[in-house]
Order: sequence, then C-alpha cells, then structure tokens
Amino acid sequence: MAILSLAFKSLFNRRYTAGLILISIALSVSLLLAVERLRVESRNSFAHTISGTDLVVGARSGSINLLLYSIFRIGDATNNISWKSYQKFAEHDLVKWTIPISLGDSHKGYRVMGTNQDYFRYYKYGHKKSLTLNQGQPFKQVYQAVLGQEVARKLGYQVGEKIVIAHGAGKTSFTRHDDKPFEVVGILEPTGTPVDRTVHVPLEGIEAIHKDWIAGRQVAGLQISAEEALEKNLTPKVITAFLVGLKSKIATFRIQREINDYRKEPLLAILPGVALQQLWDMMGVAENALLVVTVLVVFVGLIGMLTVMLAGLNERRREMAILRSVGARPGHILLLVTGESLLLSLLGIALGLLLLYTGLLLGQPAIESRYGLHLPIGIPALREWIILGLIGTSSLIIGLIPGYRAYRYSLSDGMSMRI
Amino acid sequence: MPQTAAILLKDLRFGWRKNLPEVLHIPELEVPRGERIFIGGASGSGKSTLLALLAGVNLPTRGEVTVLGETINRLSGARRDHFRSDHIGFVFQLFNLIPYLSVLENVTLPCRFSQLRRQKATESGGDLHSEAMRLLTHLDMAHESLIHRPVTELSVGQQQRVATARALIGAPEIIIADEPTSALDSDMRQAFLRLLFQECDETGSTLLFVSHDRQLASLFERHIALDELNQADQEGR
Repeated sequence: MAILSLAFKSLFNRRYTAGLILISIALSVSLLLAVERLRVESRNSFAHTISGTDLVVGARSGSINLLLYSIFRIGDATNNISWKSYQKFAEHDLVKWTIPISLGDSHKGYRVMGTNQDYFRYYKYGHKKSLTLNQGQPFKQVYQAVLGQEVARKLGYQVGEKIVIAHGAGKTSFTRHDDKPFEVVGILEPTGTPVDRTVHVPLEGIEAIHKDWIAGRQVAGLQISAEEALEKNLTPKVITAFLVGLKSKIATFRIQREINDYRKEPLLAILPGVALQQLWDMMGVAENALLVVTVLVVFVGLIGMLTVMLAGLNERRREMAILRSVGARPGHILLLVTGESLLLSLLGIALGLLLLYTGLLLGQPAIESRYGLHLPIGIPALREWIILGLIGTSSLIIGLIPGYRAYRYSLSDGMSMRI
Repeated sequence: MPQTAAILLKDLRFGWRKNLPEVLHIPELEVPRGERIFIGGASGSGKSTLLALLAGVNLPTRGEVTVLGETINRLSGARRDHFRSDHIGFVFQLFNLIPYLSVLENVTLPCRFSQLRRQKATESGGDLHSEAMRLLTHLDMAHESLIHRPVTELSVGQQQRVATARALIGAPEIIIADEPTSALDSDMRQAFLRLLFQECDETGSTLLFVSHDRQLASLFERHIALDELNQADQEGR
C-alpha cells in the first residue's frame, strides 16, 4: 500500500504527461466498449426483428434484398407479385395464415404499409410477442390507419388525426394523395423493430388512393373522389410481399420449393431466420474489422503509456537510488514503476467507463430515434467485463516492461548517484 | 555482553569483475559505536565502493563486512536490504529528496520500509509526524513556510537538512554521509556539521563522514585517509 501511494504521488507530480496518457487510454477504452455495445445491441435488435414467420415471399430477387424491403423497410421491391399468386398460396392446405404486404407510399418519411387484419393477429417479433395497441383499435375501414409508436411520437399524432399519404418513399414527396386522407384509429405499443416506424393501412386503402393513378401518375381528368372509390372493387391486383405461417414447421422446405418453382410467376420464398443470419454474416466482416481497429486503438494507447514510462525512467535513476538508500528493495522499485502503469490504466478504464456512460446518456435518444437501436445503460455485460479485464491485464504486462528495467537499474546502480 | 563494534572490516577485497584488478583492499578497520569518523580521500580512492560495501549493496570478493555484529556479506540480498533500512541512515551529496513528496513525507520515508525505525520513531515522538517535526525543529527547518513548500523549491542547504532529518528518523545506529557538504558554502558547512554532530550524539549514532575536503577532518574524533588504508594496486582503481 505504501508503494502504491508513492506511485500515485509520483504520477500526480507528472500530472500533465500522465493526464494526456490517461485521456488517450480513457478514449480508447470508451471507444472499444461503445463499439462492443453497438455490436451486441444491433445483433440483438436484428435477430428479434421478426419471429413466428416461417416464410417471407416476394418477387424473385435476392433473399437479403427481399428481407430488407419486406421486414426492415429498407430499399424498394424490384417487382410486385400478383394477387392471384398470393391467393393461391394463401389458400394452400398447409398454410395456417398469411399477411399480405403492400409498400410504395410514405407519410413524412415513414413507410406506409398496406396489409389486412391478420397482421395484428399473426405478426410476431422479439420472443414470439404479438403486436398490441397502446391506443385505439386496428383499422376496420378503408380510410383508417394504425401508426407505429415512433411515427405517433415523432409526429405528435393522436387517435382521430387525419393524415395524408404521399406517393413514393421519399421524405419530401411532391405527389400526395391529399384527396383521400386517412384517420388514425390506433397506435401500437413500441416494439423496437421497424414496425415502430411504419404507418399501417388496409390493402383496400392503398388500392383506393391509386384508383385514379396509372403508371405512378395521377391521370388528368380521371379524378375519383374518396366516396366514389369506395364504390369500386378495391381488391388489389398486386402486392409487394407476403408472410407465411405454416400449420407444421416440417412442411417449410416443401412449401418453399413449391413457391420457388411456381410456374406462373417468378417468386422467391425465404426463411427469415436464415436470411437474417446471412445478412448478419455480411455485416459481421465489417463488424469484426471495426472491433479489430478499436482493439488496436487501445493497444496504441497502452504503447503510448509504455513510451512515456520508459522515456522517464532514465531521469528517475536518482529517485530510485534515493529510495534504495532509505530501504526500498529492488522489488519495491519494480512495484512502484509497474504500479504507476497499472494505476494509470485503471484510472483510464474508470474514466473510459465514465465517458461511455456519459456518451450513452447523451446519445441514446438520438441513436434510438435515428437508427431504431436501443442501447441499454446497464452495468457492463460479462463480455465487457472480460474486455476490461483483458485491458487491465495487458496494461499490467506492458507496465512490467519499465518496471523490470527500473528493477535492473536499481540492482546495477545500487545507491550510487550516477546521474 | 560486550558491545560489538559498529563496523568491522577484515581482509576486505573488492573488484568489479573476477578478471579485473582489485579496486579495494582493506586489511582491517574497526569503528566503535558512537564514534564520529572522517574518511577522506581523493576521488577515485574507492570511497563510493567502500560505502556500497558497508551498505551491503555490493558484496566483497573476499573478506568480511561486519556491521553491528552482523556479517552482512553472508546475508541474502533481501535480508541485507532489510538490515540496511533498519540500521543505516544515508545523506548524499545533492538532490537527496524525492521531488514528488512533501518535506514531512520525505523525512518519514524510511519508516515506510523499516518496521523497526517506524517503531522507534513512534516511541520517541508519539507519532511519526511529531517525531519528524521534532527532528526538523532541531535542524531549524520547522517553519510553516518551509515545510509546506515543494522540496524542489528549497535551497540546497535546506534540502540537506531535510535529508539529515530523514537519515536520523527512527535512530539508526549508523549514519553514512557521502560528501553532504560539498554543495554548501563554508559557513553553511560548519553550521550543518554542528547540527549533524549534535543529532548523532543525541541518538548515539555512529557517523561515517566521507569527503575529499580535508579541512573538515579536524572536526572529527578520528580521520582515516582512504588512500593510505586501501592496499589495492593503484592501477586497478
């Protein structure tokens, strides 16, 4: 203990150099922990985006592309699928339920998804959790909408609000379906998935607002009012994708093959779990690269500490000799110099944690709203403790290098005042 | 039981390496307890080597170094270190103090390493702090303005007095002073020596004072010229 208090005072005496090293270690530690936390949370949030769905079906493209637009609302579908094909598989003997999905419109940057009541009944996320409504009820009529939690919160919408849907997915769309506004009838509980950022309307609603549109443009002179549209047949001709729940999991591959081999239309059926895994693997490379870089940053911080410690050692030979003369043994000298490094890195770790939590507290709302990623501000997880332990151990090992040199000096110099 | 000598050297020989010639050969030297002894000699006469041998930092190639009845060259390294911290106080030429410790922390430093000196200092002063203050008072260093100043801002003379208080704390039997006055002017030198003698008398410590300054020799009870004592070949030194 006596030696560690000496180490502390010696560090304090060199507080400017030590402070800089401390900051570099703290920054690198907080960076590493932040990357680790982001990594774990993005993986969690990813894996829990959808559950209970056996197959996702869309127009033939890549499986990851299909997953991205149908589940994550990222990017656009390359093609639609016909209502007839959907009907064929929806009525299949082995199919328990289906959820049709029709995408392409948006509201103030949030994607609008056309679907039916089965969505509220069968869609599951996280650990087999169903969607629940925070306010109101599911839509029952054509011009009604149910909002994801974030949409309602960000735009300040309550049940009863009238909203206008814009054509296309952009945030600022010039073509708006303002002749046919939708009434908000329900707001969902937060899910932490893309559902939060979705405006849900009935398939018929999507069909109604496009009744007087052909090939993505409103046709002049062919204006159909909201009431007139209700008179028409609102069964859609195409949808974007559909989700499938099977009566028995055993049939999954059989149905998948059946859909993929469907002659009348090029379709693609994917297992969401497999596609999620593939997507994750793709990101895993970048993720690991990021981790390696941050580990190197920590290493650089520790090397900086080693440099400062070694550089200062020669000037301190007199100090070591004085300590020897008052009774310090070579082991004490080893402990003193190694203790300084260890103290510095432990303080760096503590400061790094402080930085991390400050950053999390400040950045959490922004990250959650912008990237839909909830970063928990809990105590470090086991893996994080292991990382901290490894940093501590490495700093001890690195600290032993100047410690050992000082030990050698104190053996060879003894008490002689060479410098 | 007759008191053993403070220091007893017998047929002491030392060379830096086996194939190098000896730098030090002292057939015999005895220093009784409580004596103040001046060891003079030009630079290169083996003063530092002798001190390192007395302190047990270096080991003789042959012969015996007996300090307070303990033949220290037969002790293990760790035991020698313990022995030194318990029984010997040092004052060096210059920059004696640990720059990052306060005056009081510098004075009490040996008590961090020696249980015995901590115990003796506590017995003498009530606690370490009072004992350090007592010694500093004797050395005219106890002014509030001085003891709260960073040690690097003290004058050389003041630093040497702090170092002396540190050598004396816990009343070690032997004080070794290695050219402690060479950085002081002659007035300061006299005053410093008077203080040093007074303190050694009070604790009954044996004082080994090493210097090349022969003018000081007359102030000591006994003086030894190392050039004459050392029988090693001149070339080897």
